[in-house]
Amino acid sequence: MNGPTSASPAAVAASVPRRRFSLPALPAKYYSVTLITLILVVGQWQGGIVGGWEILATCLGLSLGLELLLGRLLRGAWPSLLSAYISGNSVAILTKPSGEMLWPYAAGALISIASKYVLTYRGRHLWNPTNLSFSVLLLLAPNTMSLLSHQWGNGVATWAVLGVGCLVVWRAKVLPITLAYVVAFALLSWPRSLLTGRDWLTEVAPLTGPMYMLLIFFMLTDPRTVVRSTRGKVLTVVLIALLEALIRLLPQTGLRVLDPLLAAPPIFALFAIGPVAMWLDLRRQAREQAAAPRA
Amino acid sequence: MAAPSPPHHPVLKPVVTVLFAGMLGASWWLDRHPFGTQVADEATHAEALERFGFALREVSAARGIAFTHHAPRLDPLIRNVEPHVAGMGAAISVADADGDGRPDLYATNSDFDRPNALFVQQPDGSFRDLAAQAGVADLNRRGEGVSMGSIWADIDNDGDEDLFVHKWGYAQLLRNERVPTGELRFTDVTAGAGLRRWMNSNGASWIDYDRDGLVDLYVAGYFPERFDLWDLRGETRIMHDSFEFATNGGHNVLWRNLGPGPDGQPRFEDVTARTHCDSTRWTLAVAAADFDGDGWLDLYLANDYGPEEFFRNVEGQRFELASVGLSEDSKSGMSVALGDTRNAGAVDVYVTNISKALYLFQGNNLRVNRLAERAGFENVAREGVIADCGWAWGSQFGDLNNDGWQDLAVVNGFISADREADYWYDMSLIGGAAGDLFEDTRNWADIGDKSLSGYERSRILLSQQGRRFVDVAGAVGCDDVYDGRSVALADLRGRGALDLVIANQKGPLLVYENDVDPGRDWVSFALTGTASNRSALGASVTLEWTAADAAGGAPAARVQTRVVDGGSGFCSQNERALHFGLGHGASVQRAVVRWPSGHAQVLQAPAVRTRHAVTEDAP
Repeated sequence: MNGPTSASPAAVAASVPRRRFSLPALPAKYYSVTLITLILVVGQWQGGIVGGWEILATCLGLSLGLELLLGRLLRGAWPSLLSAYISGNSVAILTKPSGEMLWPYAAGALISIASKYVLTYRGRHLWNPTNLSFSVLLLLAPNTMSLLSHQWGNGVATWAVLGVGCLVVWRAKVLPITLAYVVAFALLSWPRSLLTGRDWLTEVAPLTGPMYMLLIFFMLTDPRTVVRSTRGKVLTVVLIALLEALIRLLPQTGLRVLDPLLAAPPIFALFAIGPVAMWLDLRRQAREQAAAPRA
Repeated sequence: MAAPSPPHHPVLKPVVTVLFAGMLGASWWLDRHPFGTQVADEATHAEALERFGFALREVSAARGIAFTHHAPRLDPLIRNVEPHVAGMGAAISVADADGDGRPDLYATNSDFDRPNALFVQQPDGSFRDLAAQAGVADLNRRGEGVSMGSIWADIDNDGDEDLFVHKWGYAQLLRNERVPTGELRFTDVTAGAGLRRWMNSNGASWIDYDRDGLVDLYVAGYFPERFDLWDLRGETRIMHDSFEFATNGGHNVLWRNLGPGPDGQPRFEDVTARTHCDSTRWTLAVAAADFDGDGWLDLYLANDYGPEEFFRNVEGQRFELASVGLSEDSKSGMSVALGDTRNAGAVDVYVTNISKALYLFQGNNLRVNRLAERAGFENVAREGVIADCGWAWGSQFGDLNNDGWQDLAVVNGFISADREADYWYDMSLIGGAAGDLFEDTRNWADIGDKSLSGYERSRILLSQQGRRFVDVAGAVGCDDVYDGRSVALADLRGRGALDLVIANQKGPLLVYENDVDPGRDWVSFALTGTASNRSALGASVTLEWTAADAAGGAPAARVQTRVVDGGSGFCSQNERALHFGLGHGASVQRAVVRWPSGHAQVLQAPAVRTRHAVTEDAP
């Protein structure tokens, strides 16, 4: 996950029309930082979601440190650390390794940040950093790595996080992405229900878990790894939901070799669709830019 | 953000790219070469004896034990999750039921009209199932419930071991009648004792919490007691209200033993509210010991879908839920094993949990007891086999190779059905969902014939001088893949070696006889209380001895504490006698017995290779 960093803070603030209810005029990226911090605090308070402070220190320390190092070395400037802060927190919250090993946290943080500087196309990274690190670690280290499967119960704090999350994505003007994914997931749960024989509520139940909160509020809406147009964004997340539905139907096919994908269907769906959409969008953008002088 | 400087040196990005690839490669390598996870190679019996100092041999058939557990069949309303809900009930406890000095075994069954078994050991080491003639077989009856576990104690201090069977249904207290002919006979005294109450219990332990010399009884509720799981009357919201911090389970109950009434019948009273030791956290295992060394027996609970709980005994008046580092670490506790893992003279705790590659790594907890340092319990099972035993259930500490260090037996595996169909993905749909959805069985996918962490091999974790553990199960001959639930340790034939008895869900009762390197010394203590309860439940022995170190160097001083458990592990109870392995060339300086009465008794230089019968010498 990465925080919103592409939109100019001033532009974002200026673009928000006056409403009867409005949040303080802060750049959207600060709302994202606030939200991830809120999830961290509430999750730790309600369910010990991080585990230990050494985990948080490892993830944040390595994320921030590597971001500073690579930003300075490869781009010649001291980078903003907000994105790395969100990545570090996300790795700390979502990584649930075997035992209490620290190396998967360290690997997750390092791979996330490094991927932004290595897996690039036209100067932009294609994968959401933490989505990439989770995907490759689940595939490369299946005996060690798993993702958050905690449940936050039915407490008020859980709904508070959900409410604040909606406010943040609305403020960051990416609410359509979140809503499109949620609606697509819910709708696609129906044919899945028909094909698997499971109740629709069973199929839609994962949406109510904390992992999906992080998915819909951060990974899917990361402005550095989503396409430019709203229509494109919506189409992308619908395709992600569609691929996720297909992954969730794998047990019906008997393709056991693909079973590892079942451990985190939305993560792998985003891993596959997200960079393709970005690549197409960047290529189109390049063509548009190339055509502009001739026009 | 600072203004960009000129482009970086062209070699930097390839270097970072190589380092990135290296991180991926390192992750792959570390996953396959984890720290601390050591599994010994396969070995023959003789090789295992040579390499590890012991080897196991499954001898149930040879010893005349033929018993298969049957799971309950519940209300058809929850048929979709029945294998999950009905995944418990296979249990084993050890006691000398007939008073002949040889350990006997009691195994539970969990379907209606399926008998429990009391395997009474014969002089030749074989066993005979005398449950029917003793009146402890026919306990699983429609309307009365089915057995989930059992614990033994001499409730009336009359010299024989009585039996308590906790059930999904009405628990039963069966008093051991001393028949002059020597025939075993038990009488159901539940109702007269005031214990007839419907509970859905999966854990119980004896604890003389008030030191009056009569064992009291702590019974843990799992499913709420309002549910009759065979007749749910349309109710499907029977599951946990949270995967992490569920509090909607059955109530736990502490019954105080009032001693015999005017009619000679035992009497108990419910003192739960008065003593503040209730919990509705879906307790699966409970053990009692004096963890903090204040002379009063405390309670340690392992809770499913919730944090463990430590109830400190406040001078026999009440319990307080102590803050000892357990409250934030929520897992799926299923067993409480007691052992002195560091040879530090303290009682540590091992709690089993669930681990499944890719889906869930809760990790087991090895809680080192630092209460004396006011530092609570510290989980040191951070990685390796001690942390990950699959879907682990029962566990017990015992020195299996008599080297002077406590080893660990862990049984595991949940549902072994179709090997090609796995339920973990289905489970993941609901596992992380909101509590309202999780609680209702209608939202759980149909398990059908799918496996859920099935066909897992038991673990025998050999202590490496208390520093780490190596899994030697395959090498020493413990290689079955039944769905293990309950394990108990006993020196069945008085040879100075701890044998294993394993109860498997929907599987056979197994007895692993232990052959130990005859060059290693041992000593054991069979305690009889006088001021304390006669079974000496809750008593501890701290042994001080010297033995040659592993490298054969100069003798080293050692100390170790063991506790007589009134129920521990998961639905199990070990043999009363406390077994200590001593290593080579051992010499025991002294043994200190701390009785539940508060009295301490010192035995000077007890002989090795001997079982010492010790009677409390309190005034």
